[in-house]
Order: sequence, then structure tokens, then C-alpha cells
Amino acid sequence: MKSRSVVIGLAAFAAGLVLGQASAVAASAEKGKSAFLQHGCWQCHGYQGQGGVTGPKLAPNPIPFDTLSNFVRTTNRAMPPFSKDILSDEDLADIYAYLQAIPKGLDPSSIPLLNP
Amino acid sequence: MARKDKSPQGSAAKGSDVSRRKFMAGAALTGAATAASAQVQAATAPVAETAATPLRLPSALRPNAHMAAAETGTPRELAKAVGPDGSDFMVDVIKTMNIDYVCSNPASSFRALHESLIDYGGNKKPEFITCTHEETSVAMGHGYFKATGKPLLMLCHGTVGLQHATMAIYNAWCDRVPVICIGGNDLDAAYRAPGVPTYHSAQDINAIVRDYTKWDDQPVSLQHFAQSFVRAYKIAMTPPHEPVAIALDLGLQQEPVRAHERETLYIPKYVPTAPPQADGAAVKEAARLLVNAERPVIVADRAARTANGMKLLVELAETLQAPVIDQRARMNMPNTHYLNQTERTAALISNADTIIGLELGDYWATVNAFIDNGHGGLGVNEARIKPGTKLISISSMALITKANYQDFQRFQSLDIDMAGDAEATLPALIEAVKAAISSDRRAAMEKRGEALRKARAEAHERTKAAAAVAWDASPISTARLSAEIYAQIKDFDFSLVSSANVSGWPNRLWRMEKHHSWLGGSGGAGQGYSAPAAIGAALGNRDIGGRFSVSIQADGDLMYTPGALWTAARHKIPILSVMHNNRGYHQEVMHVQRLANRRNRVAALGMDRSPIGTSIENPDIDYASLAKSMGYWSAGPIKDPAELGGTLKRAVEVVKSGQPAFVDVWTQPR
Repeated sequence: MKSRSVVIGLAAFAAGLVLGQASAVAASAEKGKSAFLQHGCWQCHGYQGQGGVTGPKLAPNPIPFDTLSNFVRTTNRAMPPFSKDILSDEDLADIYAYLQAIPKGLDPSSIPLLNP
Repeated sequence: MARKDKSPQGSAAKGSDVSRRKFMAGAALTGAATAASAQVQAATAPVAETAATPLRLPSALRPNAHMAAAETGTPRELAKAVGPDGSDFMVDVIKTMNIDYVCSNPASSFRALHESLIDYGGNKKPEFITCTHEETSVAMGHGYFKATGKPLLMLCHGTVGLQHATMAIYNAWCDRVPVICIGGNDLDAAYRAPGVPTYHSAQDINAIVRDYTKWDDQPVSLQHFAQSFVRAYKIAMTPPHEPVAIALDLGLQQEPVRAHERETLYIPKYVPTAPPQADGAAVKEAARLLVNAERPVIVADRAARTANGMKLLVELAETLQAPVIDQRARMNMPNTHYLNQTERTAALISNADTIIGLELGDYWATVNAFIDNGHGGLGVNEARIKPGTKLISISSMALITKANYQDFQRFQSLDIDMAGDAEATLPALIEAVKAAISSDRRAAMEKRGEALRKARAEAHERTKAAAAVAWDASPISTARLSAEIYAQIKDFDFSLVSSANVSGWPNRLWRMEKHHSWLGGSGGAGQGYSAPAAIGAALGNRDIGGRFSVSIQADGDLMYTPGALWTAARHKIPILSVMHNNRGYHQEVMHVQRLANRRNRVAALGMDRSPIGTSIENPDIDYASLAKSMGYWSAGPIKDPAELGGTLKRAVEVVKSGQPAFVDVWTQPR
């Protein structure tokens, strides 16, 4: 996975293109959203990857795919690792596409409730 | 229950008013019985043998007439003993302690005290609060104390009721909160009613709570009760505060004051015990280390027992120009103060050269990390501090450590370990720090303070940026939830009486500057705390006046003690409860997922994409209807963040009118 590169999808709803070592896989933000839920990423990071006390923010502006992928596969920190047996490369690529598709949030200075 | 008016022969003894205890009292007074009524004689006369009755040898010789009279008759002197009821005297004792409320689910084993409280005592000081579960009774006392600084009384069946109450008592124990628990018990096996009352009796009811109460007793006379109650109050209210338990014999409650006691009974005077302070020499050495440290850090957990404790902590921090990490078991430090650097916890701990912990629930976890991952599933321990970091502690935990339950947490070696109450010790520590500061150290501290002021401002901006992420999400983000609530209450003297796990957003976003702005958590993390403790705190805030009570209520927690809502409505306790409804036992959602990953298996998901057994969905619980059925004004579930502000505004108006209100909100997990 370290040799993979990521082509960021253009549409908010769609897509990135994750190039594997042997093959190219079209990543789908729509599938990624489903995989994000199915594999439990939301449990610690929130449904939109916003993070919280149990997990850091994943989106918007996710970290580079290689960094994310390497962490997901090998982490020995608070997050348990996800092997390919339980989270396929394709699903991980789709999840990344979903995180990329999450639009940038509001500027906190523009939210009156955060500036009482 | 007229059990003491009946002999085993049944109706023949009716009206004899024979009581073993009365008899013994009379015998003790006079030395001998003198007469017996005809009814009693009839009751004890030998049963005539008939042809149908086989001849049996007696297992013991039958008493002669004189002995029978002595054993069963009513001595003439006993008539003098009829007078004040024992439980009335108990109420006299209880009233001397100025206790506002008694929280209770009614039970026969304390029926005499119950009757005396409401009829003899006039249902005032204490006033009876009807609870639907003993866990609620204790937790209400838990919250009430943290809002007012006064303990409540709870009454329960000594067996089944105390069994219900145990988890809440454990929470109070872990959170160092006094609750005075009285369990009814019927000790006299020869005279208590068979069946249920006997199921509900035990030799030693307090055995099940002895590991997590500070003291307990089982008085056997009214004078004994007076001593026990005043002692229980005194022990509970001496820091470290803890729950206490008294087993109260039903016979003792029901009987009149014994003749020999009527002239001698007294109620001991209560004089508060001064809280324990740390050793003076150790305080001076701690001050020297703190003054000479380049990167000192103050960590406070249950340090500020009172509003004065907050002032003292601020004074210590300002004197040292040292950052404070508030672990939030109490409101220790105003979150608007530039030295409150809780948002920078990780960086401060890892860079510190001296750390002082004030009443830390878990010192080890403050300076170490446990990574629940790796090492074959055992997890990994890591130091979070640099080698050589000096560690100081002031804590009263060493004064009450017991063996069985592990609330003392992991062992942490310390450089200066002071057994004493932190708040009581702070004046001496501040004085010692001031005395130890040289002019060059003062200059260094001022420079440090300026850097901390800048760091806090930057950290607060990061906090707001984090809160803005997923601002318009549905389910609603916990940051948005918290901000919407604050918008409705910020102009009040609010008190966040309980909060679910919403990533600490209220403490990070709201302006909290008073000791009652935040009351901390459950202590032992036992489910079922939040709803009743919040209502107990709201009861206290109501009586103090001027405070607006708000709770962020977890869904799973509420389902342990939903009946607490009825108590709030019944007793007109104003509180705004906003549901953090993440539709699951979310901590366990993550735990099961973690184990599935560790074992390289895909977690078996239920209908709701949570591991089976961890979600509270399908059917979704209609919490608004639940609350409404209990007498609340309610609304929800709110799923659109745009609808939240208006709904909360209406709920606030209800609470301001003196009623409880409930808003169910579908939220993000954390």
C-alpha cells in the first residue's frame, strides 16, 4: 500500500482513483460512505469524520492516503489495526474517497454560536 | 404488620399486647413480672388431649403458671413504658442535623420511621421525596450534595432495597460524596412475620456495602441510634466525604421508648470535624520544588470541594504562574482563566518537570498512558512524562483506601506524597510558595505566564475550529448540541448538573466560572447515575434559588433509571434535560469492534451497523413520549440542527416556570 498514490476525485460525490501495485481501482465516495459505516469508522470519528474525544478528525482535508493507509494497517496506538482480511484495499480506497468528498466546514468565526 | 401482637397460637392471644421486647424492658426495670392477664393465661394453658391426638412427649417441660406468666404476661410496670414512640425519637435525632430531604422508595422494614417522619415530624426537614428505585434515591443524594454541600438521607429495605442501591452507593464512594443510607431490617427472627418480611431480613445487611462505605452500624437501642446517626453524619461529612450506612431494626423503630431510657435519652451534639491537612514539612518541600521548577503543572480532579477551593486553586496557579489541567471531577478552575490549560493536557504533561496532583482519582493515568492495543492483546503501558519529572500529590485517598474494589487505581510512585485534603491544605501551600519565591524566580514566572496566556488563546481558537466541523451534520454533532444549549442558557446562572460523553464540549465552549457551573461525573461510571443525580442537583439548585439546572442526558443511562423523571415531575423540580441520543451503548460499540479487529474478524453487525448487542435502535425509543408520560414537557426527537435552537428555547421557558422539560436529540456518537 505504501507505493500507492491517490488521484483525487473531482466531484464532491464521486471519486478518486487509487492506483494499486498491480491494478488501478476506481474509488467511490458513495461506496466509501457505506464502508465507513460498515467497518465502524464512525464509532470513534463520527459519521462525517469530524472526530471527537475518542478519535481524531479525519475530514475535511484528510491526511495523505499513504499515511492513512499505513496507519490503518499497522497501528499500535489507540485505534485497532484493520487487516486486509477485514477491510479490503478497495474499501479503504473508497473510504478515503468519501473523506475527500466531505466539504470543508464553516469558518468558526462565521458561526455566532461559537462566538457568544 | 401486627406480628408482635400475636403469639404462635394465633387468635387466642389477640389483644394481649404482649411484646418480647416490652416484656424484657419491663423485666429489666422491675426484676420480676408480677401478674398475667387472663387472656395470656388462656393462651398459654395446656391444650387438652383428645382421643384423636396421639400422646407425645414434650420436648421440654412446660412452664409452671408463674414461669408462664413471667414469659408471656404483661408486667404491670410495662404500662408506664407506653409513651413516645421509638421512631419519633429517631426523627428528633434526624432533625438536629438539618437534613432537607429523605429520598426513598417505601418499604415495610422502615414503616415506623416513615410514619414518624411524615406525621410526627410534619414531613419537613427532612421532607419525603418519593423515588421509584433505590438507585435513584442514592443518586439524588449524590447530585444534591454536589450542588449544595449538604447530604441527604435515603431510606430503603435493608436487603432488596439496599441491593438495588448498591451501584449508586459505589458511584458515590468513587466520587467521594456523602449519602446517609438507612436500611430497615427486622432482626428478631422469633417475632418478625414469616414470608416476605423474613426474605427481607438479614443478619448483617450492611455487609454488601461495607467495601464502599466509610462506616456503618446497626444500633440496638435508641440511645445507640442517636450516637450512630450523629456519628454517621460526622464521618460522612469529614473529608474525604463518603457514604455511610445504618441498619435500623424494625423492632427498635416500632417500640415505645423504654421506661429506663425516658429520663436518660439524649441527642449528641454535632460538631464538624476539621478536614485533615497535609504535613507542614512536606508542604514546604513541595513549595520549594514548585517554585524552582521551570515547567510546573498543576493537575486538579476533586480538589475544589467548595467555591472557596476554586479561589484557592486560582491563587496557587497565579502565584506560580503555572498552568492548570482540570480533570473535571469537580469544577476546579474557571475555564475562562488563562491559566486553565486543560486543552493542552498532552503537551503540558509531556514537557513538565514538576507536577502536583490535587485529589487525583488516577495519578498513574495522569502521567502514563495505557494503549489498549498490541502486546498480544494485553495492551501497552507508556510513560507520558520525561524521566526525572518530580511528582507531588496531595490527596485524602490514602486515608480511606480499602482492599476489595479497585477504585484506588494503579500504584504510582511519587516524590512527595501528602495524605490530606487538598482544599484544606492549599492555604498552607500558597503561603509556603509565596515565602519561597525569590525575585529572579518571580521574573521567570511572569515570563512564563505571558507565554501561557498566548498558548491558551491559540488553543481556544483550535477548539472553536474543531467545533465547527460537521456543524450542520445530521445526526447533530455534539459540539453543535452543546453550543445550541449554551445559546439558550448563557445569560442565566446555570449549573450543568450532569453530562453524557459529548467530547467535553460544554466544558470547552461554555463560560464556566462558578463552582456550580459544572458538577462532575458519576465517579464510578456506573450506569443510571445521570438522570437521578441531575434531578437531585436540580432540587438543590431550586432551593438555593436563582440557578438554572441543565443536564445532557445519555440514552443508555436513562434507561436504567427512567422513573427518576417521575420524581422530578412529582416534586416540581425544574430541570432542562437534553438527550444525547446516540442510540447505543457507545463505549461498548467500540470495545466489541476493537476485539473483532484484534482477532482479525469482521464484527457481526446488527441491523444498525453496530456490533450485535450494543445498539439501542429498532425499535427506536421514543424518549419524548417516555418523559411526557412521567409528567414532563417534552419534544423530539430532533434530527435537524436547524430545529434545535427553537425547541430548546421553548423548553427553557417551561423550566423557568418551575417545571422539568425534556428534549430528545439524535446526535453523533461522541
